[in-house]
Amino acid sequence: MHFKDRAALEGYIEQLKSRPQPRRVLVCMGTGCLAKGAQKVYQSFVETLQRKGLNVEVDMDTSESSRHFALCSTGCMGICETGPRVRIEPEGIQYLRVSPEDVEEIVEETLEKGNIVYRLVQQETINGETRYWPLVKDDPFYRKQVRVVLRNCGSIDPESIDEYLRNDGYRALAKVVTSMTPDEVIAEVTKSGLRGRGGGGFPTGRKWQFARMVKADLKYVVCNGDEGDPGAFMNRCLMEGDPHAVLEGLAIAGYAIGAREGFIYVRAEYPLAVNRLRKAIESAYQAGLLGENILGSDFSFDIHIKEGAGAFVCGEETALIASIEGKRGMPRPRPPYPAQSGLWGKPTIINNVETLANVPQIILNGAEWFRSFGTPSSPGTKTFALTGKVKNTGLVEVPMGITLRELVFEVGGGIPGNKSFKAVQIGGPSGGCLTEAHLDLPIDYDSLCSAGAIMGSGGLVVLDEDTCIVEVARFFMSFTQSESCGKCVPCREGTKHLLGLLQKIVNGTASMEDLELLEETAQVVKDASLCGLGKTAPNPVLTTLRYFRDEYIDHIVHRICPAHVCQAMKEYRIDPEKCKSCGKCARVCPVKCISGRPRIPYVIDQDRCIKCGSCFEACPFDAITVEWRRKNHE
Amino acid sequence: MENNTGATTLERSFEKVNEILKKHGYQPSNLIAILQEIQAEYRYLPEEILTYVATALGVSPAYVYGVATFYAQFSLTPKGKHIIRVCDGTACHVKGSSQVLKVIRETLGLEEGKDTTDDLLFTVETVACVGACALAPVITIDDQVYGLLDEKKVREIIEAILEQEGGK
Repeated sequence: MHFKDRAALEGYIEQLKSRPQPRRVLVCMGTGCLAKGAQKVYQSFVETLQRKGLNVEVDMDTSESSRHFALCSTGCMGICETGPRVRIEPEGIQYLRVSPEDVEEIVEETLEKGNIVYRLVQQETINGETRYWPLVKDDPFYRKQVRVVLRNCGSIDPESIDEYLRNDGYRALAKVVTSMTPDEVIAEVTKSGLRGRGGGGFPTGRKWQFARMVKADLKYVVCNGDEGDPGAFMNRCLMEGDPHAVLEGLAIAGYAIGAREGFIYVRAEYPLAVNRLRKAIESAYQAGLLGENILGSDFSFDIHIKEGAGAFVCGEETALIASIEGKRGMPRPRPPYPAQSGLWGKPTIINNVETLANVPQIILNGAEWFRSFGTPSSPGTKTFALTGKVKNTGLVEVPMGITLRELVFEVGGGIPGNKSFKAVQIGGPSGGCLTEAHLDLPIDYDSLCSAGAIMGSGGLVVLDEDTCIVEVARFFMSFTQSESCGKCVPCREGTKHLLGLLQKIVNGTASMEDLELLEETAQVVKDASLCGLGKTAPNPVLTTLRYFRDEYIDHIVHRICPAHVCQAMKEYRIDPEKCKSCGKCARVCPVKCISGRPRIPYVIDQDRCIKCGSCFEACPFDAITVEWRRKNHE
Repeated sequence: MENNTGATTLERSFEKVNEILKKHGYQPSNLIAILQEIQAEYRYLPEEILTYVATALGVSPAYVYGVATFYAQFSLTPKGKHIIRVCDGTACHVKGSSQVLKVIRETLGLEEGKDTTDDLLFTVETVACVGACALAPVITIDDQVYGLLDEKKVREIIEAILEQEGGK
């Protein structure tokens, strides 16, 4: 199928829509479900349907038979923990944790008789009463969500261009290249108030306008899919689940600024996303939606994929440009901004995957429609990767301005195991912690900034009472320290010192002077670093110090870890009643801090003990106890 | 190394490198992709090949070496046949990835400071985040993701591979 003009495309989409839709069995093939055996479930469906003689179409083909089922593998449905997931449409029945053995029953009960298999349904027990949520629309996890960017994720086959077209795919691109001027496109995007979803929140329309105004023979657009934050996977799900939306957004951006070439920069750690994008690009070329004179217009556009090679700093735009050029991914000072001089010195705009996936929707439905979601200063929706100590971990999309409480307790289902909520870490290694006090804060770019956190790309890690805040800060610092590119001194040396100081606190060897030094150094790194990585690296330290200072002081002054995480805050003691003075513990002790004589109970010198636990394991009489130090410990 | 055998393996290998270089049009801007393909071929980046690539692209060996050492994906020492990546992203970290790493290293008998087993069967690495946080803790073995792990599961997975390898 090769579309020579807009009418051909529109006609084809109409044709696709007018076909009777067979009942569809959707099997989630996101990374999460694949890891839990979705491939076997899919295979089992194929075999079962064929064995029963049910006419099954594995791809969405035409067939008028009423006994017709379409089986389709989709991208991420969002709630990975309960995978592999299967959804049956048009009813919207969802089954979780489906194993190949369950397939037979699903086919017989649901597909043939129309009954629901309750043992595979999402259930919730409240006050001893179990409630079932067989339908997607009733599931509390989806109830608060608004799917704009993820509208196709989990409901279409990402490897089929027809599926994308049937959901109004490429209509926005067609509209743009045949009936709008680049300025009109930019005006619409500006009016929508769309802000950069990579975390910075810069108005997208304004960025495009800058690049549009620069005169140059060549311009480039780049899609930033280098989602390097630990704890974030929204962009991966989007690229795996709806790759055409990203391509369409990128092509529209190209048209708006006058570029004829686009690059998608994807992390090397996302092989599935790379494969699906490759397939999508190939089929878009075949359909005449990429390449020379798209839909008979004067606009030609090519897209290339560039795979990253594992460097967090490459998410920073100037470093990303260096990486595409085949160099070390080191940032450079701005200005000149990439919109003036970027890739190979040409004007370049760089947009995040999610920003671009919003664009076709804005063009098709209008800026007003887009502004109907979210808050006046941050319109639209935001995807979050909800992880950590929360019941429903997975990918969510909610309107901006939702409160943290709604997100964690309603969409996320609260904290498992009756533990209490402690904090949320938002924005990854560049972000900060929000506490109980912030639960009713509406989440948008500006409110998070005022709380000392950032939107970031959308990683949201829930921490409960068993998480040590100091250890979390140390963890992020160890990440940024190892990912610092080394170009500027404040970041290269500063992160190293910050990590050392945090390590000391966790090991219980720090003093209050170290805490002062920690704060001072953090401030310097924040003020003096060259790029966003260094400027934001101290954020986890600064926000935890702001909200959890007591916990730092507990570690430093009292040598206790309230969350019982830091091993150095343990104490091994020998129970004199049980000790038989056999001396085994003293022999295995690597620092020789256990002393004693025959018939006299052995003693551990607490000051020298390194808490390795060797004595604990060696004692044949269970005479050694391990306890967490508590306050007022003599 | 014996001279003749060395020479033949190198000749053979340069043939492959030449193919890769040609495919990328000898463009320095494709250096990262070139190195990725070379590493896919050899499981690491041999030093003499880096020099060769530099000459072929008309850039200095230092430039190529600089790129090869900058990115986490590239290795200048031989890697094992199976690459185990232990995810240490935030969610995995909170859910006990360090224990998983410890168990893997114990199971493979890797001592402190070594990441590759002597028989070149396994290399163990930690990565920042594989983006499957909902399944934390996670490891990947040769791009296959294993999630929701505990000590027992980890041992089973590795032992299954060892059995497969031993059976060959």
